[in-house]
This record gives sequence, structure tokens and C-alpha cells, in this order.
Amino acid sequence: MAQKGIREYDAKRMMAKALPKFSNGKIKFEASQVLISADTDLVELAAKNPWLKTEKLVAKPDQLFGKRGLNNLLYVNKGWSEVQDWIKERMNKTVTIKQTTGETKGELNQFLVEKFVPHEEEYYIAITTSRDYDTIHFSTKGGVNIEDVWDTVVTLDIPIMKDIKDLDVMGFLPEELKGRKEIVADFIKALYKMVVEYHFVYLELNPFTFVNGTPVALDAVAKIDDYASFQCAEYWGELKFPNPFGLEKTPEEEKVDELDERTGASLKLTILNPAGRIWNLVAGGGASVIYADTVVDLGYHEELANYGEYSGNPSRDLTYAYTKTVLDLMTRKKDPQGRPKFLLIGGGIANFTDVAKTFTGIVQAITEYKDKLIDTDVRIFVRRGGPNYVEGLNIMKSLGEKIGVPIEVYGPETHMTKIVSLALAKKVG
Amino acid sequence: MQSYELFDRNSRSFIYGQQQKAAQRMLDFDYLCKRETPSVAGFITPTGSGYIKLFFGTKEISIPRYISLEEAILANPDVDVMVNFSSERSCAKTTMEALDTENIRTIIMIAEGVPQRDVRKIAKIAKERGKWIIGPATVGGLKPGCFKIGDAAGTIQNIKDTKLYRPGSVGFVSVSGGLSNEGYNIVSRNTDGIYEGYAVGGDVYPATTLIDHLLRYEQNPNIKMMVALGEVGGKDEYQIIEAIKEKKLTKPLVMWVTGTCAEVLPSGVQFGHAGAKADSKADTAKAKNAALREAGVIVPDSFEDYDQKIKSTFDKLKAEGKIKDLIEPTTPNVPMDYSQAVAEGLVRKPTNFISTICDETGEIHDYCGVPIDQVIKEKYGIGGVIGLLWFKKKLPQYARDFIELVIQIVADHGPAVSGAHNTIVTARAGKGLIESIISGMVTIGPRFGGAVNGAANHFSWGLQNNLEPREFVNEMKKKNVMIQGIGHRIHSIDNPDERCEIMMNFAKKHFPKHPLLDYALAVQDVTTMKKGTLILNVDGTIGVLFVDLLKSLGYEESEIKEMIDMGFFNAFFIIGRTMGFMGHYFDQKRLKTPLYRHPWDDILYAVPDYPEEVK
Repeated sequence: MAQKGIREYDAKRMMAKALPKFSNGKIKFEASQVLISADTDLVELAAKNPWLKTEKLVAKPDQLFGKRGLNNLLYVNKGWSEVQDWIKERMNKTVTIKQTTGETKGELNQFLVEKFVPHEEEYYIAITTSRDYDTIHFSTKGGVNIEDVWDTVVTLDIPIMKDIKDLDVMGFLPEELKGRKEIVADFIKALYKMVVEYHFVYLELNPFTFVNGTPVALDAVAKIDDYASFQCAEYWGELKFPNPFGLEKTPEEEKVDELDERTGASLKLTILNPAGRIWNLVAGGGASVIYADTVVDLGYHEELANYGEYSGNPSRDLTYAYTKTVLDLMTRKKDPQGRPKFLLIGGGIANFTDVAKTFTGIVQAITEYKDKLIDTDVRIFVRRGGPNYVEGLNIMKSLGEKIGVPIEVYGPETHMTKIVSLALAKKVG
Repeated sequence: MQSYELFDRNSRSFIYGQQQKAAQRMLDFDYLCKRETPSVAGFITPTGSGYIKLFFGTKEISIPRYISLEEAILANPDVDVMVNFSSERSCAKTTMEALDTENIRTIIMIAEGVPQRDVRKIAKIAKERGKWIIGPATVGGLKPGCFKIGDAAGTIQNIKDTKLYRPGSVGFVSVSGGLSNEGYNIVSRNTDGIYEGYAVGGDVYPATTLIDHLLRYEQNPNIKMMVALGEVGGKDEYQIIEAIKEKKLTKPLVMWVTGTCAEVLPSGVQFGHAGAKADSKADTAKAKNAALREAGVIVPDSFEDYDQKIKSTFDKLKAEGKIKDLIEPTTPNVPMDYSQAVAEGLVRKPTNFISTICDETGEIHDYCGVPIDQVIKEKYGIGGVIGLLWFKKKLPQYARDFIELVIQIVADHGPAVSGAHNTIVTARAGKGLIESIISGMVTIGPRFGGAVNGAANHFSWGLQNNLEPREFVNEMKKKNVMIQGIGHRIHSIDNPDERCEIMMNFAKKHFPKHPLLDYALAVQDVTTMKKGTLILNVDGTIGVLFVDLLKSLGYEESEIKEMIDMGFFNAFFIIGRTMGFMGHYFDQKRLKTPLYRHPWDDILYAVPDYPEEVK
């Protein structure tokens, strides 16, 4: 939702389409590139892109992480057969990547191969967006960690209602560009128009250069506002939003994603620690965060098994399927030390979601998992308010009595996260 | 109204979209607050105009629908609020339209998924023009005693429980719309209640942010303390710190930023809200909470003691005499919606209709308890479906096949028969499909097609009364009644009707029993002795075989009689023959045949010279 990272390949693909259009043909932009995954037919690919066999190439993973040079994942100025070997060696291998924010472990599975471009100058450009304006950052000292040369970066703010053609783009560029100033300015203007029209929220080319007067991006990092998909489907072409690197999904998480995509309701699940003993089944995007927070704030983040939420008035079937997924995960194994597990069926006071109705799906799943819940010593705590909550809570109360699983039930008179400390108190005692 | 206020007791709004339920919730709130006028002046529904009926207390009122905002404003120049329920695709456009009017000052964007760049523009324009936006991706909010946006604050019972019908002393604002109601609950349980409360929405760039509303609350002398609920992601909370430093915010503020768990979660996990994602250290909930605490905001240790912090802050203001005691107003009883009362099991009423053959109210509709997808998957066929809807039975295969056989056989009998003829004449008169086939169908009765029922009746009567075939023929003759289903124009005992043969052979092969067929054939032996064409015809065969079918299926005589009496047997003829009528109709239309006029030379004009005079 909202700001999503896209592949370097897609960013360049869009640039090739957009830049000539937004510069009235003044800016050409070539994107000779291919994307390779494990099931790509390399023979067919080379037949369709004859330049792969004739040109010197660059290969690198294209999975939303940077610092590829630093991580020895940049293969430069090689022939097609070497590139194939290099990719084969790395395809589907798990690696640990060093980033400025720390280390991330993940599987390599998408590689970008493009023409190698001999060049001299390496420029830096980034276009960022904030509430009141967009900002263009430019430096002639690209190709390095830009923070190291931040004093060479010049910036130009473009207020949200302003058109870039009314701004002095030439004027903000450093003098050392000399005769190249005009083409850089034209490039920036076209790039900015693309950012606006294509609903980019972030675009960084570090570095880019010029070959025979034509800009070439040697790297591209981009994020897009996926809310604009209904306006931009044609501009974007076929665009997939990959998961952030290292965030490979479990089958259960993928299943919930599928359920989520099927309807207007929202269903989310992230498994943090399958051996954890505190499982959340919380209604609402805001409330779900608070429940996870409270577990962490009370010092039990090691026991926090999942983050998840269901909201937007999901149907009984969806709630059932979602609950089943969570119950299945939490009842697979007993706690090795024989301690109880806790299911927190939490939520704030709904505005218009029918609480009793959504609970029927949960009840169905719990009933089905009755034996397993008893077997793994699961204690259930419920807190919820909103339309028909009295009936909903009664359903839960009588369910506990009926199936012999301990279920404690609370309404709006109890502070929303009270069930967290109630559960945790049991755990200590 | 002061510039720092969005609503008063007379504020009226337009609802963009046909959100009848949300509007009703607004009107219930109005009634509870004893507003004199409903807060909804009209709906803007580009698909059509007219009225929508809603309740104001016990009274039903009609609220106009307008095709455009322009038209709505023309009719209601006092309205300055638009609650925009249009979809994420058109929300930005319709909001811009409202911003461009003189009249509309406050717009609530409900939709989630409005592109950020569009919202940023809207936010900018609204600020420039001194207008207010709440949202997008929000449920809205409310000002107790004055105005409630859409579905905010939930049910009327919740509004009563949390006293949201009258103002307290606390200004509340949250990011999350889903949590706003919980916020009102917490505030109302620990203070004298909400003065104003809104959710700005969980997007990356909500059009107005927490600080915009806190600054309004600061200016409002009726608000004594403020409560806010922020979220991980973005830097909007730092503006609050700036404002405190600049003494623009001086009232006590209790605030918590949610998302402290983000740091133990793997990076890249997106919470339920688009804006809830930390891109830098300063965006994290921990950093924000610490910075707020340092700036003098009252920040709890976790959400667990959020309520306690609110309570102690309020109690302190109360003890200092800064908050006066409130005189609780009486509230009228808001009638419960009938559907709500039903859901809660408080009322019941007898139904006026009953259906025992199907139910379309479930997730998938069913035919006599069989979901439609199962009907298809299990290949019920036309015969099986008729079994479900007419017989209310899962028929065995031979019964389904027989029904389909009959339908095929009776589907058409040429253009000359009365029904087809009428259909053709009507089609040629330029009428439509329905009129044309109806004019054909109305001829179906005792003389045309209807002999099916009659034959079933006659032969059953004979068999039931144990009349020998000859006796039966004589009895009928004595009563001067033609035996229905006997006799054909062309076919005879030596030149049998192939259609009848097929049906009879099918029945003999597949029906467990066929006593009436045997009886009817014995009767035929008698009648054909008199004249060769007095054979059991198609109508007779169908009528007789349906009785045998029902007997085979285990129906009692009395039940069969009831079915004959209600025209059950004719129904097979009607359903089959309608196919033929439609064929004739399409045929005529394709051929573009002109109006039919019966030729004079085919009419005998036998008009008397003068009428008989009546004295």
C-alpha cells in the first residue's frame, strides 16, 4: 500500500518511455536491459536481445537493495557467457547484504543485465517528495556514497502547485557543468515531469552519465505511489511490486495475502516467531499495532509470535479462513516447557463493523480447532466493542463454556490493551 | 462561528454518494443532541435526482438528491460541509470541485487510496483558501452536541455510553480512524468528555495533521486539555514539539505514538496504515515519544497507562478549578432501527410472504436448499431444476429425462395453432417480445394445450372409480363430455403419432409403474373401434404419463388431484411451447413482416339488414 519500491529494471523501462515524451523528443533514453530469474529461458532471451552477445555487459541483482558494489554483487564489463555463469552461481542463493541500516539476509532471485557503458563523469540526482514540495538534489560527484560528498549537492525545491517550467533549473545547477548545463537541465525537467505524471514518490540515479550527449542511468532506485495505479496503469505497463529484500513470505503469509487481495476487506499477517506464545488476532490497522506495542512495551517481545490485523468488515468466510491460519500456526507444537499459549482476540470499538458477525467466523475456526487448542494449552482473551458487541461477546463466552477452552471476555468498559497484561500476568503466575 | 471551529449546532452538510446508512447515523446523532434541523441537507448523486427517506427521531423525512454540487448549493446556500464518500478514484476530483465553491468550507474525504500527489495539492489549496479537509482514509470525527461525520463514533448506543451527545472539555485527535472511537471511549471514561474529536487518517500525507487540529483546540476556550494518538512513520509529530517550543501550544496535551513494536519487527513490514512506516530513526515511535516527553507533552510509558495519564491530567485541571462541573442534559430516546432490533432479538413480526422453494438471501442463492453452483456441478439439467422448483424434490434421472423429453416434444407445433398465430400477429403489429408471447400464451387453456390437465383428470377419474374402459366411455358420453386427450386430426391407430410412441416407450422402459397409461390405452381400444383417429393424442399421453410419473414418485391420489387442479400439468406445455412462441416472434422480427390484416375474402360478412329492435 502507498509507497512501494520498484525494480531498477522497471524504473529504467519507464524512463525510456517517458523521457522522450516529456522533453518533446529532446532527451533520448536507451534501456537495453533484461531481467533474469531462475526460470528465464536464456537462449530465447539472447535471441530476442542480440546485443547481449555483442556488447560488454553489467550484471547485478535487482531486488530493492543498494550497495551492490560493496557487497561484491556487481559484475562489470563482461561477455554474455561469463555473465550467465556469474548469475547461475548466485541464483537462488541466500546471502547476507550489508546496508547502511544493518545486515539483511535473503535469497537472490532476480538479476538485471544491461549494456556496459564506458564513461567519465558520474553525476548524482535524486528527486524526493514531501508534503509541500518536491526536491531535486544534484551533484557532479556521483557514483559514491552521496552522504560523503553531501556538500557538493545542490537542491531545488518545487512547491506542490508550481510547474517546473516556471523555475530556473539552469540557475541551480553548478557552474562546472559548463556547456552541458542545458542538456542536464532538460534531462532534469523531463525526469521531474515523469515523477509527477507517473506518481513516483522517490527517484535516485546514482550515478548517471552522458554518452554522446544522451543521458544513461547506471543505477536507479525508485518508489511509486501505488494508490495511483488506476490513473497510471498505461504508463506503468506491467508492474509488480516485489517484497523488500529478505522478507520472503511463508506459505501462511502468502495465503493471507491472497485472502487480502480477494476482497475490499484488509487481512494482514506477519509471523515474527512461530515458537512465541503470544498470538494476536486483532481487528483494525490501528489497534493491531497497539496490541503488538503493548506486548513489546511490557517486555515480552521474544514471546510475540505474530503481527496481523483484519479490518474493513470482512465476511464470515474470510474471518474464518484467517483465524484458521493463525490457529493452525499456534497449535502445531506444544511449548517445550509446557507453558500455556495466549490468543488475544482484541480490537477497539468498531465504528460500523458488526462485531457479532465477524465473531461467527472466528467461532467456527475455534470450534474446529478445539482439540488442538486444548492440547497446546491455549488461553483465549477477548476484548472488543462496537455494533452488536454484546451479542458478540456473549457468543465468545458461551463458546468457552461449550468447548472447554478458557476464554475470558471483556468489553469497552475495560481498557483496550488490558487483556495483554491479564494474559501476561497468567504467564508469570 | 469562530475560525477555529468546524461545526456548530446549525451546520448542515451534503453527502457525496448515496450513503444512506451513514446519513441515518448522522440524523440519529442530531436527534440525540436535540438539533433543530437535520445535519444532512442533501445527497449528491450524479447518477440521478429524487429523494431519500430517512428518520429524524420517529418521524420520516425525505432528503433531496442532487445531480451536482452546484445544483445542491443553489438549493441550500447555507450548507458549508461536504462529507465525501466518493471512491478513491474520484475523491480527489470531487473534493477539488467542492474547494472551488464559495460555500463549502469543510470537506471530509472518506476514501482510502487517494493518490498522494492529489492529496498534497488539495491540502495546499485548502490551506490557501482557509478551508478544512479531514482525511483521506478516515471515518471522520465529531463535535458533540453539534455535528457528527458519517459513521464516526459508531452506534447510537456507543454515543450514549460515551456521552458524545454533549460537549466535554477535551479536544481529541488521532491518526487512525478505526481507533478514534476507542479514543473517544477512553477520554469519556476518564474525563468529562470530548469537545471535539477527529481522525486525520492513516495516509502518508493526510490533508490536515494532528498539529492543525491541536492548534485549533488551543484557540478554543472551551477546550481545556488535549489528547492525541500518533503513529510511527512521518515527521508530523515533530511539528507539535516545535509548536510547544514556540508557545503556540500551551494547554496540557496527553499523547502517545503507537508503533513501538516496529523496532523488533523485521524491516519492511507494513502496518495496517499507509503512513505507518519508519524511514528514519526520527520517524520511529520510540523517538517520537521520547521527543514529545522532553518537550513537555504528557506521554505514558505504554498504551497501558494512556488512560491513567488522561485521567490524572483531567483530575488536576478539575482540582485547580479550571474545569467546571457539567450539567448533564436529558436526552431523547432515539428509536432503534428495526433491523438492529431484530439483530438484537428485541422485536418480532409476522411475515407477509413465505417461500418454500428457494432462498436468495445467503452468500449463494439456492433452489430448494441446493446452492446454484451445486446445481450446475451436479448437472441437474432443466428437468432437475424443475424438480427442485416445482416438485421441491431431487428427482431421479428418469423423471428429469422425461420432463425434458416432454418439453422438447411440445416446444412447437407450427405457426397455425392459436398460440403461435397470436404471437405472430402481435409481433407483426410492432409489439415487443413480452406482449407477443403473452398474446400467444393467453390462448392456452381447455381447447389449446390445456387438454393435458383435462386428460389427466378424466382418465384418473375413470381409473379411480374402477370403471371398465367401455363403461368409462359410456359414462362420459352420458354426461355429454368429450374425453380430453383423445382424438387426432391426421394420426390414427394405423398411422400412430411418433411423438406419443416415444413418450409411451420411454415410460414403459423407465417408469417403475404406469397404470394410467395402461388404462388410457385400453380406453383407446374402445374409442378407435368407433373411429381410427380417436387415439390417445399428445396432450392425452402427456397428461396420463405425468400422473404415472407422480405415482412412480410416490405421490398420493389426493396430492395428484391438487396438482392437476392448480394447472401443474399445463405448466409443462406452457414452458415448452413458450420456446416455440419466441422462435416465431424472432422469426417475424428478422423477416420484418408488416402489420397483418386478415383478408376480406376469408371472412363471411353475415350482417343482418337491420338490428333487432328491443322495446
